Amino acid sequence: MGYEIREEDSSTIIVLSGEVDLESSPQVRSVLLEHVGKKRAVLVDMSAISYIDSSGIASLVEAYQSARRGGTMFALVAVSDAARRVLELARLDQVFSIHESVTEALADGG
Amino acid sequence: MRTASRPDSLRLVRAMVKEAAETVGCGDECVNQLVMAVDEACQNIIRHAYGGDPNGEIIVDIRHQNDSLAIHLLDYAAPVDVRKIKPRQLDDVKPGGLGTHFIQECVDECAFLEPPDGAGNCLRLVKKIT
Repeated sequence: MGYEIREEDSSTIIVLSGEVDLESSPQVRSVLLEHVGKKRAVLVDMSAISYIDSSGIASLVEAYQSARRGGTMFALVAVSDAARRVLELARLDQVFSIHESVTEALADGG
Repeated sequence: MRTASRPDSLRLVRAMVKEAAETVGCGDECVNQLVMAVDEACQNIIRHAYGGDPNGEIIVDIRHQNDSLAIHLLDYAAPVDVRKIKPRQLDDVKPGGLGTHFIQECVDECAFLEPPDGAGNCLRLVKKIT
């Protein structure tokens, strides 16, 4: 698993890549919560995720709930087919704000 | 395959299951589902059966049986209380608790068998080759 962080205007874009599994999800959780805690909009680019398991999904849910409590935007963008299948299996595609691109997410306000 | 009850073992487990499933003719969706089911089941062994102890052992046994793949996961942890294993309600959105749901959705059969002498738990997963 790898990740990159970009700041764009008032948003933080976290680009996750590779396999998000039991080994790497603690790091994903930590990165997501750190940036959600900064009270900036957080967009998670999931285009390069090749695999994500229940522990990775749990990290996303925890960050999403933390953002909601803090009143900040948290959205998933460019979700890969592999990640989308898992979100659908958990029916979380109906819970998360999901957008085709960062531009679209920002235009929609999350 | 014998592997340690450590998170960094799971990548190898997934690779082996993927290779086996592709070898017997599973399509992409079947491969993905089988890989996820075995991965999640191994996670449960690591996190719940062994309680995070990295020194446990997991045996992954894959057998081609007619039109299916049967996978047996054996561990040497204390026997789990099968009655307590149940998927959570998906409407209750919270971190965690999805692994059992994923396993049940991804395979055709999922059941604990009586483990061999000396073993703790034996989980049998069966996936029809499609």
